[in-house]
Amino acid sequence: MSAAAQSVSSPARPRRKPAAWRELGRLLPYLAPYKRPTVQGLLTLLVMGLAGAVPPLVMGVMIDLLRGEPLPLPNLRGFWRGALSPVLHFYSPRSAHALGILALLLVAVVAIKGVFSYASRWILIGISRDIEYDLRNDLLARLVQLEPAFFVRNPTGELMSRCTNDLSQVRMVLGPGIMYSGNTIVNMAMAIALMAQISPRLTIEVLIPVPIVALTVRYFGNIIHDLQTRVQEMLATLSARAQENLTGVRVVRAYAEEASEMQSFDEANRDYVGQNVKMIRAWSMFFPALQFIIGFSFVLVLWEGSRMVVQGHISLGALIAFYAYVGQLVFPMIALGWVTNIFQRGAASMARLNYILDAVPAIGDAESPAAVGDRVRGEIEFRNLTFAYPTPRGPNGPSPLPGAGKLPGGAPVLRDISLRIPAGSTVAIVGPTGSGKTTLAALIARLWEAPPDTLFIDGVSIRDWPLEKLRRAIGFVPQDAFLFSETIRENIAYGVEQAPSGAVDDAARIASVSSDISEFPAGYDTIVGERGITLSGGQKQRTTLARALIRDPRILILDDAFSSVDTDTEEKILQGLEDVFRRRTTILISHRCSTVRDADLIVVLRDGRIQERGSHAELIGRGGYYAELYQKQLLEEELARE
Amino acid sequence: MSAHHEEEALGRIYDSRLTGRLLGYLRPYRWRVYFALALTLLVTPLQAVAPYLFHVAIDSYIDPAFRHKIALAAAYRGIAWLSVVFIASLVLGFTLQYLQVWIMQTVGQAAMYDLRKQIFAHLQRLPMAFYDRTPVGRLVTRATTDVDALNDLFAAGVVAMINDFFLLIFFVAVMLKLDWRLALAALAVLPLMSAVTWVFRNSVREANRRIRTTIARINAFLQEHITGMAVVQLFNRERKTSDQFAGLNRGYNVAFKQAIFAFAVFYPTIELLSSAAYALVFWYGGLQVLLRGVELGLVVAFFQYAQRFFTPIQDLSDKFNILQAAMAASERIFKLLDEPAPVLAPAAPRRLQRVRGHIEFRNVWFAYRNAANPSEEDWVLRDVSFQIEPGRMVAVVGHTGAGKTTVIQLLLRFYEIQRGRILLDGGDVREMDPVELRRHFGVVLQDPFLFTGTIESNVRLGSETIGPAQVESALREVGVGPWIETLPQGIETRVTERGATFSVGQRQLISFARALAHRPEILILDEATSSVDTNTELLIREALERMFSGRTSIVIAHRLSTIQRADRILVMHKSRLREQGTHQELLAQGGIYSRLYQLQYRDQETPLVAPSPDLSAPLAASD
Repeated sequence: MSAAAQSVSSPARPRRKPAAWRELGRLLPYLAPYKRPTVQGLLTLLVMGLAGAVPPLVMGVMIDLLRGEPLPLPNLRGFWRGALSPVLHFYSPRSAHALGILALLLVAVVAIKGVFSYASRWILIGISRDIEYDLRNDLLARLVQLEPAFFVRNPTGELMSRCTNDLSQVRMVLGPGIMYSGNTIVNMAMAIALMAQISPRLTIEVLIPVPIVALTVRYFGNIIHDLQTRVQEMLATLSARAQENLTGVRVVRAYAEEASEMQSFDEANRDYVGQNVKMIRAWSMFFPALQFIIGFSFVLVLWEGSRMVVQGHISLGALIAFYAYVGQLVFPMIALGWVTNIFQRGAASMARLNYILDAVPAIGDAESPAAVGDRVRGEIEFRNLTFAYPTPRGPNGPSPLPGAGKLPGGAPVLRDISLRIPAGSTVAIVGPTGSGKTTLAALIARLWEAPPDTLFIDGVSIRDWPLEKLRRAIGFVPQDAFLFSETIRENIAYGVEQAPSGAVDDAARIASVSSDISEFPAGYDTIVGERGITLSGGQKQRTTLARALIRDPRILILDDAFSSVDTDTEEKILQGLEDVFRRRTTILISHRCSTVRDADLIVVLRDGRIQERGSHAELIGRGGYYAELYQKQLLEEELARE
Repeated sequence: MSAHHEEEALGRIYDSRLTGRLLGYLRPYRWRVYFALALTLLVTPLQAVAPYLFHVAIDSYIDPAFRHKIALAAAYRGIAWLSVVFIASLVLGFTLQYLQVWIMQTVGQAAMYDLRKQIFAHLQRLPMAFYDRTPVGRLVTRATTDVDALNDLFAAGVVAMINDFFLLIFFVAVMLKLDWRLALAALAVLPLMSAVTWVFRNSVREANRRIRTTIARINAFLQEHITGMAVVQLFNRERKTSDQFAGLNRGYNVAFKQAIFAFAVFYPTIELLSSAAYALVFWYGGLQVLLRGVELGLVVAFFQYAQRFFTPIQDLSDKFNILQAAMAASERIFKLLDEPAPVLAPAAPRRLQRVRGHIEFRNVWFAYRNAANPSEEDWVLRDVSFQIEPGRMVAVVGHTGAGKTTVIQLLLRFYEIQRGRILLDGGDVREMDPVELRRHFGVVLQDPFLFTGTIESNVRLGSETIGPAQVESALREVGVGPWIETLPQGIETRVTERGATFSVGQRQLISFARALAHRPEILILDEATSSVDTNTELLIREALERMFSGRTSIVIAHRLSTIQRADRILVMHKSRLREQGTHQELLAQGGIYSRLYQLQYRDQETPLVAPSPDLSAPLAASD
């Protein structure tokens, strides 16, 4: 099994593509609202850089003062000499007074720098978080518009990863990426300018390691990133091994294969550790190597600089200032390599975000929606409808509709369906699993697109209806009772703008769930799901029924809505619903005869075709699938009484 | 009291009981750990070399040479030597640091490897009841993510902390020794700096906690709404969902602003305090130079010492986080390791020489829930008694939840019964070693579970005694020989996770071959309910026929052909064994079986002539 485990990670990962800088261009519109603060932030960076260049000069002046130089830092000329002139007013060699003033000046300058450093971080990193906020909202706003087919093509995990990992990579570009780029440029420029004043030759020599450091950071950054990806893959393999063993625990025990399972886990464990060790090798080399390379700059300062002082080319104060500037260069040198990696990865991630942001909803309003009346009457007509799901679905995709089960792509799921459902009538659809019942219901709610001119609502092609108006007229109870982890009240009132007081309770009562809810300690304010009370399958189904009923829909669709409810309870619910059914078009999908008995029309679907249609009495008389289903129902009831 | 809570809980920073237990994992590698710690003693002083060299350069060479107290050549020579020492210290520093990080990281990996192995081995011993109440995902997390959190502690946290600690002590000592007054000047800001760091740590921790909870909420919301997107759209909730999301998103944004604020204040404050320390060193040191003739190089050196001194203090809060995460993870891991794994094998197990295959249930009562003291409604089996003669085939039928699967789980001794006895060849199964016992069973579960690997490895399942020839003959025996031959890689064909690339029928047949290859005396089979195509159905029937012949077989039956062939049928209904007999006898009896038959099996009477989708599927029992 180990060979298999290893090869899981072997399919060639796409190598880093040349950075798609164009992708990052998509960020410009997001930056636009923050143009002013961005400029302000960059300006504070500039001031911060200027202030940051001062302390080494002050230290240099202090040293020269202590050594009794008549003029501090004699190498500085022109502009820089001018900048130093305020200090020269009170400068006098070996003066304790002047020394005190300089010490205070040093603290004052750093305090000023601190204010701007605070402002730049607060503004620039803050903007990156704000844009992250905007981007995240836009991602969801796009996702809610996309049709089920999109979610079939793109597994949930994949979309989640884009909305989390990729978003945070892009945020890195906007925050640290921009801030450290600005910082690096300003600091390097200032430090180099001043160093050049002190000694151009020494400056050039000291800067030799800069490109080496930047390249080293980039090199190790990429290697470590690659190795990290590999480590993650190995971890995934290891997790999969454990997962598989634990899921198949009964087989393992039954065949007494614990020992060989441990061995197989051991191999994955060993591989994972091995890959980690590879990464460690790179990682433990990284920082010492940086220190080593950067250390050479300091050696040069010591060697060359000391000689220059001795020869009288520069003052000792200048050497100390120079040394301090080299110290200031260390971080920018590292940042240079790091920032380019941020931009590179950010571009790749932005491309993956653009995939979502640029997705075009395939189901929406027609160019020229039909002029339809204010109200949907509720007449539904299928005309020779044949429907196949568009593309083969991915193995891990979510169901296009909760509970729709596996849908083979390509082959028609519904064939040649012709069915007219008059407004206000109740139609039941029965048939074995996979016969197309759920698909039929999903088409009415336009979750999937029926072929042109095969499905009509009130005589108007479904594609010509404004989507929102159509869906507002529908109350849908899906097969899988999907509730959100909010309160029961919020879940029931999910599809209405405002629930008048009592409406939630009314809906719950009709759906026969109100007495269950009142038994929860928090009643309607009980939170559904993990952090709250776990509802039973039947309670969930009845809650989703209440959620549909509160909308007072013209068309009510119940997709196997009572499967988790026992027959007696179902009977009671149905009695309560009689009045509800009478006032609207109702589509009832079920496996049970007891559910559908009283429908105006019962349709039997098999293999995507309508095989039988008629009333309960007619179908029983005909002795087909429905009649057999009815027989079984009676037997079930007998057995339950045993 | 949810799982959520357990995962979120943050431990203390330090817990001596947990720490002691964790250190136990370093024990096998203690010499390497000692060596790495010894390296600390060498690495730290190297950090102090550069400032000292400047001190010497200025005071012994530059200044004297400048004042013409020593010859230029001598000064150059001295500086050259200092540069050489500097380079040597760089090379040494590089080597030692690399070595130290390498050793500790590999030790950490080795310890984690051991820990993971121990967790996995422990999982193999935990009783089945444990798996019934624990989600698999959580167990996987223990063996992977949680262990990695510990790795951070071993690999990075501990060494860095010891290094930092040693560095602080060393620098204080060096500074005090060089000039205690200057040392006090440089360290004057230290209390203030510690206080600032402490305040910062607390406010950032609060912000981090809010960031973690808000991002968890955002991700849960996203996950939930992507999964339930159809419901969102059906109920016209697109806009409201976006608004709701924006609210959560805002909470995250605000929490982060809080953290950004803390950092934006912290960094400049620390820098300001450091610069105050430098100013103090220069001012006070300068006065000493002017008044007492202290050497200038010493002041410069002190400035550089102070620079290096403050960095580890600022890093302390990161280290705290690592510690905290590691403690929380180790607490969860140890809780799992402390989960009792009862030894099922008796001290002197009854040896099974030649198993004939006589099975007896004698007044067996069993409950999954409240196993220690079951209440009336907890019983899943009530007073079940039956015998199976060697070589006979018995079918168990009944409705969902009637207790059929429980019967075979008990026979395999996945659970302990509360009352009664289960006997194999007249001996109580509790007197046998369960691993030994299970070797005599060939088991096919309802969901034919395939492992990642190859067809061969799935049939063999790690058993050393089964060679490729036996695997092939087992596969031939169940009738998939011709199919295997069409596969380019034959029995070496890859099986992906859970056998996703094979059809249900193929998976069933492979698991049949698995059972056969192990040459069991007793066959235990939970027939799958899923329908397969006619061809496969025929193959399965023939395979079953061959598997049943000559060995005791107990089958949870879903096929008419199986129950018709059974020597005896056991009818389970509502936790009791209600009827038993042959197919004809039971039908004639007109009891529960006759109705079950009409419900579940009758439709299969002619299916091979006119194949049609399984009519009974919606009603069929599926345990």
